[in-house]
Amino acid sequence: MFGAFDYQVVIRNLHILWDGMQITFLLTGVAIVGGILFGTVLALMRLSRFMVLSFVAGRYVDAFRSTPLILVIFWFYFAVPIVVGQPIGDLYSVLIAFTLFEAAYYCEIIRAGIQSIRMPQIHAGLALGLTRWQTTKNIVLPQAFRNMVPVLLTQAIVLFQDTSLVYVVGLKDFLTAADLVAARDNRVVELYLFTAIVYFLLCWLGSLLVKRLQRQYAI
Amino acid sequence: MAMKYNWDWSVVLCRAPEGVATGTGGSAAQLPGGTSAFAGGAAQTFDTGAHCAQPYFDWIVSGLGWTVVVSVFAWVIAFSVGSVIGVSRTLDQPWVRRGATTYVELFRNVPLLVQMFLWFFVVPELLPKETGYFLKRQLPLPEYWTAIVCLGFYHASRTAEQVRAGIEAIPRGQTYAALAMGLTPAQVYRYVLLPVSYRIIIPPLTSDFMGIFKNSSVALTIGVLELTAQSRQIAEYTFNIFEVFTVTTVLYILITLIVSTIMRFVEKRLHIPGTIALGGN
Repeated sequence: MFGAFDYQVVIRNLHILWDGMQITFLLTGVAIVGGILFGTVLALMRLSRFMVLSFVAGRYVDAFRSTPLILVIFWFYFAVPIVVGQPIGDLYSVLIAFTLFEAAYYCEIIRAGIQSIRMPQIHAGLALGLTRWQTTKNIVLPQAFRNMVPVLLTQAIVLFQDTSLVYVVGLKDFLTAADLVAARDNRVVELYLFTAIVYFLLCWLGSLLVKRLQRQYAI
Repeated sequence: MAMKYNWDWSVVLCRAPEGVATGTGGSAAQLPGGTSAFAGGAAQTFDTGAHCAQPYFDWIVSGLGWTVVVSVFAWVIAFSVGSVIGVSRTLDQPWVRRGATTYVELFRNVPLLVQMFLWFFVVPELLPKETGYFLKRQLPLPEYWTAIVCLGFYHASRTAEQVRAGIEAIPRGQTYAALAMGLTPAQVYRYVLLPVSYRIIIPPLTSDFMGIFKNSSVALTIGVLELTAQSRQIAEYTFNIFEVFTVTTVLYILITLIVSTIMRFVEKRLHIPGTIALGGN
């Protein structure tokens, strides 16, 4: 089998694969930023004194965490155009799906980070005359995020791998691009192996970075 | 907002007419279960006005059945392989440890979907000709076996990390005491370390199982007609997407709730007095 191994096919189609990789990066980036922003809001809601807010956020997180990502992608792929009343394109529906899905996971990470801040610090902030929001913004969140950097990055690596699932709606990310080339040139073995190696190297380097940061950022 | 949409919850209750046999095997065979991700969409029998053109209820039941079957078998592989790898990571021999670490790094850093394609499309090509031919042509239900093996080995890397964490959470003194009493290293694992560590890691193992259960939906990309695949198929046939996806989502949430309730009970029964359980939720 290896006699017929043609690694040139990968080189010839690098530009297509690179276009795909850019979509993968875009998805990952938007989902990380959107997920962390919305996840922070959800985490603050979950820890809020108002029962309604914490209840709503809690059910949101539970629902998204017990549903497969593919099903969530299908939900938004099929349902958003009907709700909006016009087609919005694969990319936007997938971006919405990823942001809302990842927010549930980021919420749990951020909640744990916030809860790692000791209560006396909050009491001290309030005693100094800061409002609750000022205490949260200036004392709790900065320390919480510093504690969370390694976990947030680990989740980002998981998310980077998860973006390959957009294959199910045919959005041309890195994997889908490789799949298209593989089908066109009948070079399945070469392209899938190449895809696996690229994903492996990127995620493995990412995990090494996380290990280094873990040592650096420890308070 | 005015939405152009015909609500019809009854589609999810469509049954096959009397006398037509449908079941787990039946609906898998009658559909064009190709290897493409778009197998369902290629079929030309759209439900245009003719209510209940297909037994959608039976499709959902069959999909749910396959989801459970694939998840349970994959879990058995994940648990056994993961235990071996996890134990290997705590052994003294450096080459065994390195091998186990390589396994974990390899399987954790490649997306599940890519691994699914590697097992399904690439592995049969790299094996000797007869074996590859057997896997592709003679083995019945190749997608299902591939999905089980792939999910199993993928999640084994996660289970291995839990098992290792469980063993490392046990104070070294217990190992020394056991060795001093004359137990062999294998006996130390069998009678001292593993029974305790499995009891500690029940919560993370439970969320691992939920992970397998949810990730079994990735198998739809190689043509496994599990719950998510069936619901997409029904959505494409009937366009009643809200009803179908709601039912599917509720089913996933229900099973998660049932499993976590059972496991919380098991965890309470097997809790080691005087300890705080390790992580998980």
